[in-house]
Amino acid sequence: MAQPAELTIDESPAVLEELYRQMLFIRHFEEKCNQVYRMGKAGGYLHVYIGMEATAVGWLSMLRKDDYVITAYRDHAQALLMGNDPVAVMAEIMGRQGGTSRGKGGSMHLYDIPNNFFGGWGIVGGHIPLGAGLAFASKYKGEDRVTLNFLGDGASNAGVFYETLNMAGLWDLPCIFLIENNEFAMGTRLEYHAANVELHRKGYPFGIRHERMDGMDVLAVRKAARRIIDYVRHEQRPYVVEVMNYRFAGHGAADNDQSLYRTPDEVEAAKARDPIKLLENVIRSQGILSDEQIEAIHSEIEDQVQDIYEKADASPFPDPEEVYHHVYTDMEVEKGH
Amino acid sequence: MATKEMTYREAVRQAMVDEMERDPNVFLMGEDIGRYQGTFRVTAGLFNQFKQVRVLDTPITEPAIVGLATGAAMVGLRPIVEMMTMSFSILALDQIINHSAKVHYMTAGAACVPIVIRGPGGAANQLSAQHSHSMEGWYAHVPGLKVVAPAFPADAYGMLKTAVRDDNPVIFTEHPTLYGVKGQVPDDKEFLIPFGKANIVRQGTDITLIAYSKMVHVCLEAAERLANESGVRAEVVDVRSLLPLDVATIYSSVRKTHRAVVVYEDWRSGGFGAEIAARIGEDCFDDLDAPVGRVGGLNVPMPYARVLELQCIPNADDVIAAVRKTGV
Repeated sequence: MAQPAELTIDESPAVLEELYRQMLFIRHFEEKCNQVYRMGKAGGYLHVYIGMEATAVGWLSMLRKDDYVITAYRDHAQALLMGNDPVAVMAEIMGRQGGTSRGKGGSMHLYDIPNNFFGGWGIVGGHIPLGAGLAFASKYKGEDRVTLNFLGDGASNAGVFYETLNMAGLWDLPCIFLIENNEFAMGTRLEYHAANVELHRKGYPFGIRHERMDGMDVLAVRKAARRIIDYVRHEQRPYVVEVMNYRFAGHGAADNDQSLYRTPDEVEAAKARDPIKLLENVIRSQGILSDEQIEAIHSEIEDQVQDIYEKADASPFPDPEEVYHHVYTDMEVEKGH
Repeated sequence: MATKEMTYREAVRQAMVDEMERDPNVFLMGEDIGRYQGTFRVTAGLFNQFKQVRVLDTPITEPAIVGLATGAAMVGLRPIVEMMTMSFSILALDQIINHSAKVHYMTAGAACVPIVIRGPGGAANQLSAQHSHSMEGWYAHVPGLKVVAPAFPADAYGMLKTAVRDDNPVIFTEHPTLYGVKGQVPDDKEFLIPFGKANIVRQGTDITLIAYSKMVHVCLEAAERLANESGVRAEVVDVRSLLPLDVATIYSSVRKTHRAVVVYEDWRSGGFGAEIAARIGEDCFDDLDAPVGRVGGLNVPMPYARVLELQCIPNADDVIAAVRKTGV
């Protein structure tokens, strides 16, 4: 695994606190999602971002407001960070009327189109060319947006990923292919699913710059993200980044036997580099926040998440008539069985 | 209205030219459509006229082509994707069905996908088992898609323009054997044919023949022979649009003639003609004097030898035999 860059703290105290709050908020939000699932208030598939917070927080904090973001089904963090109302996100996960897609998408299909977040996709690798299409459109229109295209280590084996890399290299699309390498494709460890475990090298045959970077230290993430985003925006060329992080949680909420693919010791060892703890250490050692202030932030966010859950839970289930809406932009569908 | 004589191929091309001139967000992408002028020459001349990037030669990678077009459409472009043959769209089924067709629903209306996927579908001349599929019935099964299959140059022109202006994903099936068919096409850049409107292309009183794409021509030939050989007056309904489907026009014809035969080139079993037949059975049972007849392609992979290939594709003899079976 790549080592974090030598730490020289050149972020302001306000930024450090904000990054800390964002990561902590995602952690608590995701823990609440797990709880909601266990209570039977969320169904289907639910994939939480616990342990991976520094990746989304670090990268999205460096984007411009008009840049595009797209990801797969582990999408709660991106949906929250791109500006969605967290109550609507929680309500969507709970299948309620007040959800981001009025209860028709669910945990895997969160979107925030006005804020340039394009989902939220459930087929491994399937969304990758869509992300290239966003980048293609911005280039076609002569804009200088960057598209951040998240995918997992498992998706990096999908044929459509290589097809898309070829197009991105061929047409110089301003797209960052961000491989979140959390070391597991569901329950299959990296070395059992990838012929070359350095996944960033998949950019090489297509003439695309590529690198591996640490994804646990949010400050290092931000530095690398700033440099890479800058390159892609100004050179209008693609990039493949492999961000090394670790999924503390199971693949999905229904992944109830992690002993099939990893040991508790391994998880404990990974937690020594818990991204929230790493930043907390910086915040404490630099004297940016006192223990009491950190404590207060924790309880503030816990209360906030509880409040979000309660508001989402107050949202009604969708009206049966809604099932027919939004199949087409301009056409009613036949009703009944 | 002033008209011009055009081939089906020219009508498709002219519709694309008009729409690209009208809207800078419309662009074409596909395999060999630019410098090579298109495998069936439908896009001939367009690369010189519009240049890269509006006429974009792509790698031979259908999933990424459709996926990229879908993403671009979500932010305001209006891609026309040419499939070299609709048989190749099978590679892109995940992108078409699991992505394009789902965007509007999964975003509860926040995003839409104005994309046209067009190309030749059906058997041409000895292209054998992997290049002869009729895919339109497969796509007409999928909510979120619109599916059309015009049979005449004027319909191809008016319906492709409608497809490009539609905010939903549209599957536009051409037929390789129709590209050379000539017809009068309105000389009007705003000539748009709305989807979901079937067309009665031959009036009759004794039986209704229902078809789309190339099979409309087969039905017209059968109707002509029935009239000449035995005085049977067959009405021919050109469905034109499978999804949405104009059942009203089909039903009113059946209620007039009391007999119906549905004709389609796709495999007979489970094809879209079965859907039409089932609907007539459900809603016009009391109007029927005979069970609804069905003529479809043989349930075999398309063979290479011309004599076997012709055996698979429904022809006027097959249609006439099915008409006779209804007791006419």
